[in-house]
Amino acid sequence: MTGRPREPSAARAIRAGNRRILARAISQVENGDPAVDSVVRALYPATGRATVVGITGPLGVGKSSLINLLVAHLRERGRSVAIVAVDPSSPFSGGSVLGDRIRFDRQADDTGVFFRSMASRGELGGVAARTRQVVRLLDAAGFDVVIVETVGSGQVDLAIRNVASTSVVVLVPHLGDEVQTLKAGLFEIADIFCVNKADLPGADLARKDLTELIALGATRSTWRPKVVLTSTVASSGVAELWSAVEAHESFLDASGRRAVDDRRRLSVEIVELVRERVGRELTDRLDRDPELRKVLDEVVARAVDPQVAAQRLERGPRRGR
Amino acid sequence: MPRSAKSAPIRVLIAKPGLDGHDRGAKVVARALRDAGFEVIYAGLRQTPEEIVRAALEEDVDLIGLSILSGAHMALFPKVLALLKKEKAGKIPVFAGGIIPDEDARRLKKAGIRAIFGPGTTLEEIVTTAQRLARPAA
Repeated sequence: MTGRPREPSAARAIRAGNRRILARAISQVENGDPAVDSVVRALYPATGRATVVGITGPLGVGKSSLINLLVAHLRERGRSVAIVAVDPSSPFSGGSVLGDRIRFDRQADDTGVFFRSMASRGELGGVAARTRQVVRLLDAAGFDVVIVETVGSGQVDLAIRNVASTSVVVLVPHLGDEVQTLKAGLFEIADIFCVNKADLPGADLARKDLTELIALGATRSTWRPKVVLTSTVASSGVAELWSAVEAHESFLDASGRRAVDDRRRLSVEIVELVRERVGRELTDRLDRDPELRKVLDEVVARAVDPQVAAQRLERGPRRGR
Repeated sequence: MPRSAKSAPIRVLIAKPGLDGHDRGAKVVARALRDAGFEVIYAGLRQTPEEIVRAALEEDVDLIGLSILSGAHMALFPKVLALLKKEKAGKIPVFAGGIIPDEDARRLKKAGIRAIFGPGTTLEEIVTTAQRLARPAA
């Protein structure tokens, strides 16, 4: 592979709109290549400008088709858009089929759009951290809107939610009664509910169910989630969907919530990073340090309880270098 | 855990240029590659050469696989190669599959298509060839 991005020229190139270098830096983030760290670092001050919208929901509700229409809507309004579509990797082969581009049509020469497919690759915390960095790259590249699409499987979305300022949960009519909606675990993360395929019967019922649930006040903030009906076959509701996103973004600013959220997210991120590094370090020590291995032996022999061993591990000297 | 570029999954774009709707072959190949640990970006039917090249660059793929059964391969494959070259991405290997007469296959290979798989090719052959094309050193 030629021309690996180097700092600071890569960071400069990304800010200047070089899509090739951007694409390659994203790969480096995905691969955990430390060469990209300095680029991400250099770009960090240029982030925090894009509107980051998370779009999630169960398989087959039409997220990709909806995003396709949303992008067209935004392009008509002159906003540039980057899309990150996260799909699961096979736990068996590590491979994946990333098919979100299929639903995507646009002018091949439109530089105001950038589409990237991303496989989840391994553990939960990893994909969230990588997505966060990819979003930062796109943000620094100057896209007005960054859309992060995930399959609604609960945990992953909760983790990824931390990158989006507005989260849209996409559902369809007849997905189940309101108890199912609660069980899905998607309820708490939605700033906006989008009932897609509203051309099908039952859309109004779904809207009613959701509205009632929202009225019960089972939400986490003073924002009352909006319910929007869309249909990608009839190309309807997309303008309303975007208006709802803008309304939520305005709420974030007017209420001072954005600053609070931002601070909380970043503090969570810092703690996560430390936890990950310390965890690796301790695992390493447990493997190598003969004294600690003895402790582990005792735990295995049921002579010492894991909690006591953990305390000893914490107290123990940091690996000497 | 940091991973070296070598151990990262191979990213491959599978796309169908041309106007035929016979995507069974492309889908079967996509699945086989996934099961072999590839990350397959499946772009689907009726892609223009411009769209294919753009997708390949945005997705930063290691490899491109084209499938066609419409007979337009002599027009569309060289176009993809030319556009890649124009974007200074001529190093991304391109392989192809479909109904392609031997004589055309010879000419396409000369033009830079790295491998051509006709009917009867085993999935194993496609997978190993794809691995070799994407990571020649391995």
